[in-house]
Amino acid sequence: MQALSHVTICDLSGQLAGAGATRYLAALGARVIRVEDPVRQGAWDIVRGSPPYVDDRRGMELGGGFNNHNVEKLGVTLNLRLESGRDLLRRLIAVSDVVTENFAAGVMTKLGFSYDEMRSIRPDIIYVSNSGFGHSGPYANFKTFGPVVQAVCGLTFGVGLPDAPPAGWGFSYMDHMGANLMAAAVLAALAHRNRSGEGQWVDMSCTEAGLGLTGPDLLDYTVNGRPLRRPGMPDSNHSDNPPMAPHGIFPTDEEDRWVALACRDDVDWVAFGTVCRASWADDARFDTLAGRLEAQAELDRLVSEWTSKHSRHQVADMLLAAGVPAAPVAMSEDRIERDADNAAWGLFPTVDHPVIGDVRVDGIPAHFSQTDWRIERGAPLLGEHNREVFCELLGLTNEEFTTLQEEGVF
Amino acid sequence: MSGSLHGVRVIELASLWGAWSAKLLGDLGADVVVVEPPGGHFTRSFGPFVNDEPHPDRSLWWWYYNTSKRSVVLDLSSPRGAEHLRQLVADADIVIEGEKPGRLAALGLDHSDLRAGHPELVWTSVTSHGRRSTRSAEPWIDLTLAAASGLAWLNGYDDHSLPPMRGRGSQTLQIGGVHAAMATLSALIHRDSTGAGQHVDVSVSAACNVTTESGTFVWLVAGQTVQRQTGRHAFITPTMEVQGQAADGRYITSGFLPQSAQDYEALLVWLDELDLRETCPEVFFLELGVERGGINVSKDFGDPEVLAILGAGRTALMHIAANIPALDFFEGAQGRDLQCGIIFSPEEAYENRHFRARGFQVRVKHDELAREVDYPGAPFKMAASPWAISRRPPLVGEHTEELLGIPRTTDAGGESRS
Repeated sequence: MQALSHVTICDLSGQLAGAGATRYLAALGARVIRVEDPVRQGAWDIVRGSPPYVDDRRGMELGGGFNNHNVEKLGVTLNLRLESGRDLLRRLIAVSDVVTENFAAGVMTKLGFSYDEMRSIRPDIIYVSNSGFGHSGPYANFKTFGPVVQAVCGLTFGVGLPDAPPAGWGFSYMDHMGANLMAAAVLAALAHRNRSGEGQWVDMSCTEAGLGLTGPDLLDYTVNGRPLRRPGMPDSNHSDNPPMAPHGIFPTDEEDRWVALACRDDVDWVAFGTVCRASWADDARFDTLAGRLEAQAELDRLVSEWTSKHSRHQVADMLLAAGVPAAPVAMSEDRIERDADNAAWGLFPTVDHPVIGDVRVDGIPAHFSQTDWRIERGAPLLGEHNREVFCELLGLTNEEFTTLQEEGVF
Repeated sequence: MSGSLHGVRVIELASLWGAWSAKLLGDLGADVVVVEPPGGHFTRSFGPFVNDEPHPDRSLWWWYYNTSKRSVVLDLSSPRGAEHLRQLVADADIVIEGEKPGRLAALGLDHSDLRAGHPELVWTSVTSHGRRSTRSAEPWIDLTLAAASGLAWLNGYDDHSLPPMRGRGSQTLQIGGVHAAMATLSALIHRDSTGAGQHVDVSVSAACNVTTESGTFVWLVAGQTVQRQTGRHAFITPTMEVQGQAADGRYITSGFLPQSAQDYEALLVWLDELDLRETCPEVFFLELGVERGGINVSKDFGDPEVLAILGAGRTALMHIAANIPALDFFEGAQGRDLQCGIIFSPEEAYENRHFRARGFQVRVKHDELAREVDYPGAPFKMAASPWAISRRPPLVGEHTEELLGIPRTTDAGGESRS
């Protein structure tokens, strides 16, 4: 038995921000039934047939990111343009605890599945929608994807050198964090239903969720009137709160290979000096944090000169051994193929996919002593579980199934 | 209406890694008691501070991560403090802690000790590398976790003589924290149906490793390493720039480039409205985009005309942006169904009319300072069991007497570091 074995989710979500939420719940045992459009061959989900690929084959069943984000789910197809398709969705909702989606606001209502409609099918249904701006407010109809979400919510602004153009996030960070918070919303609503018997609609705006990830900077603004848009910002490799120096990412003896290090306090600085053994490390100006912050640019230059003589692993190993925080800036292969902790954790399990074959995917960063996660099965093919869901779960006869199939419902 | 976790009691041993997860549970309605060492937890020394005056009760870092909690001060290394913790845990549903491996066991206060007579207790450990790893005893901070977990590799500039970048805002703590909250909620739901608690071991490093999108799955699937680029996704080969500067100096992002005939039509109309068609380069290709009925880049990537049309869409967006303020560009583009973005600073987003209209600004009374403070609001809106900041962040040991019947101690000498 797993933690969510008794939970059934009717999952209309996709892309990464939606699929990432239900993948977590599926790994913890929930029966997640992913509903896709047979007419467009699931193409609403832009990652379904997108790179990366394991080999030269291309197609809607071969998207590596799609497989990664849809492990352990069941896949069905339903043509919701047809009344018989909508009828089957109603029957699916009737046996589900949760409905999830991440369409633009208004799409579900247009399909005839507003929260009120769903509640009339199943009174304690939990409906979690994750859209860019939520279902109310002046921007409710604006459309987003990860890069737009993180731009609008202030996260992109917070990555970069001082007074330089934003470097931003080199991936859809908010697809991950949006997915995580969406999963938390499902779980919170389940906990509430367990206590009160009532379901509800959870309206999540991904940009709002992202804005909440800038908390202390926002309070500095509301309390002290200090905006983050000010000279010298965002300066995100340095640390203003708490102040530390040195604190940054430094070059090494190999091109484009880097090491991160920081001295949290004067104790770390003394330890740094014993490792580095350069004369400047004894410079009295650097004895105090205030002095090191005052001369931070010069200090960064001196630290860079030292780190440039060593490999990223040498610098990190020497400093960590002395109790100073340090780590190589890991490339994909460093942490996926050569990290003992990730291996021991089982962080990249192998799944079996009927078309792609065996391939590794992301695991779950929590281990449960009694009900641990399980990721063994790859993403579903389009409509792979139609019979299992529509016949075994919803009770269609074989004849009914065949008739609907001929009508183009699946 | 009360929150989702009304009636759920959480004991949190104050930590760098666990703070946000316990705040999430507290704002969802749980009764959270944060246990701090004498003098207060070391994160109270993190700025910024109210009026820049450092004080354990004025840390805005502490404030943000500790709403909806009560605080007790206990010296867990003393028999009396340990006894008080046992007393608190006896009444709790959930414990969240981020102690170095071995510390609680040495004090006889680990999950195996305290769950012995209390099998329904959910105990979540959230540490840098998990309880099972010796690395959790090492000094890890946001910067070094961002580096080691693959986050930093993905962020930076086209110019690779500039270093990879960490993002602001202690994101590794938030990635680990949300996973701790998700795992704790899952274990609570399991307990709701079975009565059984358990121990949950959360690794912040593992959490960050699986929060790297193509940084991980492009390697897992195709054995390739993506490379950082300014303002856009790291990729295996260089891609088209998406970031531009608007007339007011703010940056915008072009987002998904226009590809449909309606998109090109909308761009032409917009250029005309702004009287910019004359000065916009490559307008010819926009017109061609309309004539061709749009383009499909993934299908016709080899067609130079298609690429020229795609590029012209980008050029037109950048040209418009360069001539109007960023907010006008963003609202104008989205109003025309073009998925562009504005790069707001956090406070600009916070003050924006959309987020205001949705009630994201939440006012919290700080009676100790005789003022009210606006906080960031709910990560999601729950209609039946609303998210809420039920109380302001606690002063050091503010509720020690209320909860344990012993006087509040305010003596200094809190631990430094973790």
